[in-house]
Amino acid sequence: MSKLKLHNLNKQLGGTRILRDVSLEIAAGEFVVFVGPSGCGKSTLLRLIAGLDSICDGDLLIDGRRVNDLEPRERGVGMVFQSYALYPHMSVYDNISFGLKLAKTEKSSLRERVLKTAQILQLDKLLQRKPKELSGGQRQRVAMGRAMAREPDILLFDEPLSNLDASLRVQMRNEIARLHARLGSTMIYVTHDQVEAMTLADKIVVLNGGHIEQVGSPRELYERPASRFVAGFLGAPRMNFLPARLHAPGATSLVDCHLLGMTSLPLDSSHLIADVPLTLGIRPEHVSLKAAEGAAGVVVTGVEYLGSETYVHMETGQDDPLICRCEANPGWQVGDRVELQLEANNLHLFDAAGSALRAHSHAVEALPDGVIQRSARAGAL
Amino acid sequence: MSPRQLKKTLLRLGFWCLIGLLLLYAVFPFYYAIVTSLKPSSALFQVSYWVDNPDFSNYAAVLNQASFLRAIGNSLVVALCVVTLALFLSLTAAYALGRVKFRGRGTVLMLVLGVSMFPQVAVLSGLFEVIRALGLYNTSWALILSYTIFTLPFTVWVLTTFMGQLPHELEEAAIMDGASPWVTLTRVLLPLLWPALVTTGLLAFIAAWNEFLFALTFTLTDTQRTVPVAIALISGGSPHELPWGLLMAASVLVTVPLVVLVLIFQRRIVSGLTTGALKG
Repeated sequence: MSKLKLHNLNKQLGGTRILRDVSLEIAAGEFVVFVGPSGCGKSTLLRLIAGLDSICDGDLLIDGRRVNDLEPRERGVGMVFQSYALYPHMSVYDNISFGLKLAKTEKSSLRERVLKTAQILQLDKLLQRKPKELSGGQRQRVAMGRAMAREPDILLFDEPLSNLDASLRVQMRNEIARLHARLGSTMIYVTHDQVEAMTLADKIVVLNGGHIEQVGSPRELYERPASRFVAGFLGAPRMNFLPARLHAPGATSLVDCHLLGMTSLPLDSSHLIADVPLTLGIRPEHVSLKAAEGAAGVVVTGVEYLGSETYVHMETGQDDPLICRCEANPGWQVGDRVELQLEANNLHLFDAAGSALRAHSHAVEALPDGVIQRSARAGAL
Repeated sequence: MSPRQLKKTLLRLGFWCLIGLLLLYAVFPFYYAIVTSLKPSSALFQVSYWVDNPDFSNYAAVLNQASFLRAIGNSLVVALCVVTLALFLSLTAAYALGRVKFRGRGTVLMLVLGVSMFPQVAVLSGLFEVIRALGLYNTSWALILSYTIFTLPFTVWVLTTFMGQLPHELEEAAIMDGASPWVTLTRVLLPLLWPALVTTGLLAFIAAWNEFLFALTFTLTDTQRTVPVAIALISGGSPHELPWGLLMAASVLVTVPLVVLVLIFQRRIVSGLTTGALKG
């Protein structure tokens, strides 16, 4: 049985629908990350689960019990807020024990639980301090301690690291991952930072405009995005998109793209008709470059050196430049003409509505790992 | 001296001159009252700005009047009751107006502000009827009731503003911890509103302590009077004599507690306002 079940959740506020028919199942002990652009409803969804906002329509089940009308404290959830929201006038000890005191916990076990929580979060030496005497990372840990102290089954995090500076963020990210491994409780984490999502999650939920775009493991989402939105949202630099046209539909699609010429892809387009517009997607690391002869190829318009790697930008006649992720010293300079080499197995196709075309179940193994070269194919078909 | 330094010195000189002027304007009347109160009645009309031989006979005379001491007691009771009542009511009202979202919140706030614009005189006769009907005439309760009515709009408005500035997440954290609205108000928000409470409470206290018109209208006998009325009714030996010395001594006596109160709480108010940073 799943720990948490969302069934067709809806939320409206003043006539605007913030969430539309959101359904999701979360297993016990899972680390789930809600990710999406700002205004996609991810924080609202978290607040519905917490019980801070009321659900307009649909069912929310925790351990099989409908909790729509229960108060937050009756749901067995703890929450860490973006701004920490520590009680400024209370010491760390009082902050952590506040919920336990309200729950009328016995004094000796209260102290024991606060000390245990503090020890897990390495706050033992700071228990008598006030929040204003703590650093950002320490405050963050106190906020987690407060959420953990009542030993809730589900811990909710609302963009908990967005107030920290970059290096501290990496450190706290690791601490949260360790905490999850140690506590084994179900965690739901909201962020707009895709690195946090990719590194922490067992399961990522990508939200867009109030509905779920895709649910899956980080790897699934990265390698097989279900839609153009997910493909563009995960990955930095983001996936390159090129306009294309379906030449011949079928279990293997023949696609016409002005940069690549006629290309055969192991993706099933038998449900489409010929000549519909498509979008071709390729991640920067799956593009490789070689020197072009004469006036062939595309022009390099920018080279970004990052130390461990280099991003090469190329003019393709689109609004956005095409980006290639190369080794640190690729030797290209602005103004060079290069030819693109794309790995066919890593190409993605999206229909006009943005849905990804899937590989035909039998066709996958049949095709060899091919590299398409523009010059070889252009004009040949 | 270079022109730049000269300019700086002149500016600083002008600054302190202005401060001196302001200080003179604000403090001189009170200073003159003190000087007058320390003179015997024979020296009263010799204009001087310094007292060589302070004479405390005026103070002794004032403090020997039982009715004056009684009036101070009355004032104290009335003012303290008004402060307690007004703070309790306005705190709970501010929680509703500043924190709970409901239809008509803005209207209520505007009404509260609108009510506070009526001059005292306009409601005097109506309020008098109300107090007669309630059977409160010539009691301290008449003053407590009427002062509270006049203080509430101000305290509600100020506390609502302060309450609105506290971050929402703080309250939500309390809700997640299982706190009821009452616990949230008293144990999470109240300690943070302390500076605002001190400030508004102090202002409410001063208003109640100094109020004259209602006190004159709603009380009749010496035993129920408050200090401002009692001072106004101090009379001299003959109808043609105004006992300035006595009046000034009494005024100084009732002003000093206020000054002391402000000085005590001043540091609190300032420190409270500057350490209001909650986020970080």
